[in-house]
Amino acid sequence: MGMTIAEKIIARAAGKEEVRAGDIHTVTLDYLMSNDGTTHLTIDMYNNLKHPRIADKDKLVWIVDHNVPCDSPKTAASQKKMRDFARENGIAFYEGAGVCHQIMCEKYVAPGQLIFGADSHTCAYGALGAFGTGVGCTDYLYGMVTGGSWVLVPETLRFHLTGRLRRGVTARDLILTIIGQIGANGANYHAMEFVGEGMKTLSMSDRICICNLCVEAGAKTALMEVDEVTMEYLAAHGGREPAACFKSDPDAHFEKTYDIDLSSIEPVVAKPHFVDNIAPVSDVTGVKINEAFLGSCNNGRIEDLRLGASILKGRKVADKVRFLVVPASREVYLEALEEGLLDIFMEAGAMVMNPNCSVCWGSCQGVIGAGETLISTGTRNFKGRAGDKDSFVYLGSAATVTASAIAGEIVSADELGVL
Amino acid sequence: MGATLIEKIFAHNIGADSVRAGDIITVNVDRVMIHDIFIPFVKDKFEEMGFTKIWDPDKVVLIYDHLVPASQLDDPRHHAIGDAFCEKYGVRHVHRSDGVCHQLMPEAGYVMPGDVVFGTDSHTVTYGCLGAFSTGIGYTEMASILGTGKLWVRVPGTIRVNIEGTLPEGVTSKDVILTIIGDLRADGATYQSLEFAGSTVDAMSVAARMTMTNMTVEAGAKCGLCSPDEKTAEYCGLLELTDFMKSLHGDEDAVYERVLNYRAEDFVPVMACPSQVDKIKPVAQVIREAREITAADIADGKGEIHKDGSVTVPGTGLIKDGAIRVDEVFIGSCTNGRLEDLQAAAAVLKGRTIAPYVKLIVTPASRKVYREALADGTLEILAKAGAMITTPGCGLCCGRTGGIMTDDEVVVATNNRNFLGRMGTSKVNIYLASPVTAAACAAAGRIVTAGDPILER
Amino acid sequence: MEEFTGKVWLLGDDIDTDIIIPTEYLALKSVKEMAPYGFCPLRPELASKIEPGDIIVAGKNFGCGSSREQAPEVIKALGVRAVIARSYARIFFRNAINNGLLLIENDTLCDDVKEGDTITVRVGESIEYDGRSYPISALPDNLLDILEAGGLVKAMQKLNGVGAADRE
Repeated sequence: MGMTIAEKIIARAAGKEEVRAGDIHTVTLDYLMSNDGTTHLTIDMYNNLKHPRIADKDKLVWIVDHNVPCDSPKTAASQKKMRDFARENGIAFYEGAGVCHQIMCEKYVAPGQLIFGADSHTCAYGALGAFGTGVGCTDYLYGMVTGGSWVLVPETLRFHLTGRLRRGVTARDLILTIIGQIGANGANYHAMEFVGEGMKTLSMSDRICICNLCVEAGAKTALMEVDEVTMEYLAAHGGREPAACFKSDPDAHFEKTYDIDLSSIEPVVAKPHFVDNIAPVSDVTGVKINEAFLGSCNNGRIEDLRLGASILKGRKVADKVRFLVVPASREVYLEALEEGLLDIFMEAGAMVMNPNCSVCWGSCQGVIGAGETLISTGTRNFKGRAGDKDSFVYLGSAATVTASAIAGEIVSADELGVL
Repeated sequence: MGATLIEKIFAHNIGADSVRAGDIITVNVDRVMIHDIFIPFVKDKFEEMGFTKIWDPDKVVLIYDHLVPASQLDDPRHHAIGDAFCEKYGVRHVHRSDGVCHQLMPEAGYVMPGDVVFGTDSHTVTYGCLGAFSTGIGYTEMASILGTGKLWVRVPGTIRVNIEGTLPEGVTSKDVILTIIGDLRADGATYQSLEFAGSTVDAMSVAARMTMTNMTVEAGAKCGLCSPDEKTAEYCGLLELTDFMKSLHGDEDAVYERVLNYRAEDFVPVMACPSQVDKIKPVAQVIREAREITAADIADGKGEIHKDGSVTVPGTGLIKDGAIRVDEVFIGSCTNGRLEDLQAAAAVLKGRTIAPYVKLIVTPASRKVYREALADGTLEILAKAGAMITTPGCGLCCGRTGGIMTDDEVVVATNNRNFLGRMGTSKVNIYLASPVTAAACAAAGRIVTAGDPILER
Repeated sequence: MEEFTGKVWLLGDDIDTDIIIPTEYLALKSVKEMAPYGFCPLRPELASKIEPGDIIVAGKNFGCGSSREQAPEVIKALGVRAVIARSYARIFFRNAINNGLLLIENDTLCDDVKEGDTITVRVGESIEYDGRSYPISALPDNLLDILEAGGLVKAMQKLNGVGAADRE
């Protein structure tokens, strides 16, 4: 019987000919990414080991992105611990260069790799045909010390895409719709694999957006096949070579297959306070907002900024609405600068920020107050995620967020007539 | 007998022939500025005082800058209260994300030469760069002005500062004002007006003068003043200065408490060392003292030696390889966040990248500055060098977010205060310097002057 | 003449407003909530030790720095009866008067007194300490007017004919 992409990547990492969903295998990891959310805790645990050692420092990538620039002495102490440790041990270290998953995609991830990240949205790397998954500090530490780990081979849910998204509908609407359909635990422990003719219509940015959000359905990882789009992206980002380009075998086992016609997708939002609380934008049109956020590892790429800027150009952000625009990385910032997008945002009254997690992480930048409402391209809308426990977060696409910033209330770009 | 600049402003304001230092007068307020930290308190006091309307809502400017972007749960409440206050009392001039108040007030045309302006912030003294009287007050007095349009002041005596000649290459108005504060000390101008004059000041841009007047409060001054000239007129969008504006200079025969004379050629790059704004040393001296820390000093308990031979010296920082290691550099604030400041930093950093493990945080002082620096390539140079370009606002200077630090870290910053705990824990070492020096330190990762050979590596 | 006795807390020169109350705490809802953080960068323990009626004695330029009125308000909220310093920064001085916090200028007491000692203040006349008398001057009339009204808020209430202007 054939194997899925997930099985093939784990087989490679385990040095086996064949693995099966449900097996537990010892694997060698290609990279271990960690950010300032938890690295200081890992270091504390590391320092308590009897014989601390790093298996391969070149596999470690540490990125300060959650509270940047730093917002409290406590966070500063955590970040200093991380910086000092990286400096002493020669670990690749980024601070203020962007959101960890974006930097990983731009500089490190290659098809066929198995990567652990101490952050749930590590599943984003599936866009490049790599098995990325989020782990806690203990798993991370074990990987840091041994270079490997154990994994339970996941079952795969397959999403077969056909057709093309309609104008004004984005990959963000697609993945939100899927999460709404299967539920916040609909893919628990599973790999979500995206294939089909429809994939050809999706850019690398779209693909990262889709894979990134799969964890909100509980997925262990998300995976896509390597194609021309993947190879072009790799060529444009340092010319990395794939470790291996895997496709699922025709006779591989899929727990379930979903067929999705991209043209049937509508602009949607996730309503407070759950990512699977999905509704068409038209259901919530008119909800007043205090803040809008365009950014994050989910939607802070150049394609998202282009979409936002194309809608905002020549218009103004609504009075009293704070519109935060946060490029996902320095590379994105510089591209947007050169293309004149940053000036379009600044002219319109938006607040362009330094690349970082910003209000998606809920601290440091753009915190919202009691009773306030945020529409966001961030990853989560849990109660209190963006500030006060009595605030409200809606998740939507870059188009919906920008249109809402202009209107001062939730509206789709189509409905506002700004497409 | 002649009059000082401040005596002329106040005499004109109250319609008197003359006023003299020491007189207590009631002035008519031309403009007030309130920022987001204090608006809830101003509102409460205003209503507690029994006022029901603002004397002239168009003379009131509300600026959100200290809490932008909101970083703590209590911050958005201030903006909500501000918005409601403006709606209730008809205040139209509100800036919610346009930059630092002291940049916006002159830049957006709210202050003209000869005006009398009060703000709920000590650095309100900045607008003296245009030849206006401006000073900081508390929220209770602000509330009383909102009701009455008036406030009592004592006409201050004047310390005249004459600066003649041409500043050396790489020396900025920041070095000038830091040096003057070092000479006067932190309370040397308390209750006084600091009046700047001379060919050096005449040759300065309005932006460079702003840096000087902004920091006069660090010597305790009530105001810092420059005479308006053609550059001022152009900055303010005036075709020509009025006769009154033209008269705004200190007379030769006016009574001055003190006169300080400086030769521009004598100024060198300086820093305010931790943690007093008047602890001024030439950068070269800071470098030399770090190099000369000896084993004996450390044995005396002046520092803690580490495995790699580096030494942590409290109140100085980490000395490694004979130099003070820099962890963070902040270029921004109402003192030095203007276009020419960013350009000066970019000139140092062009084609370079900042040293590994150093954070360079650049916070343009206003939306306008941000856009100008976008347009002329300055931000591109800085971002390529590794800077984080943050959204305009007070940023790190007000110590709520924007690059907070922890024990023993060293920051070189272009803002106006290095008080204990201002940017993190009380063990953070804050050095204040010009954008030129700050950019050089970011590139080198240690305290250096812009001419240091290490930068050519 | 008003007279009171209190225990001394001794501070140095240039006690700035960021020491009195750091910016970090300025957006708390009330001065009462800020008070426990008073003086924390310099002496984290101080706020919890000050008792109502205590007196702060300091060197020159007390209250330099920002215009934050929370600085005198926090000192008042901690129960401090008066501050005696060599000199004051001007914005702090105005803010203190406007909030009814008594400030006294004296050039030598801070060199003589030790922390924990007790002193007696005769307002407008002298400070008595260790058998010695330290003369102090009276405030100018326009400031006395505000103090007599009970602070600037009450002075304005009187102007507007509202509130509890005459309650005290």
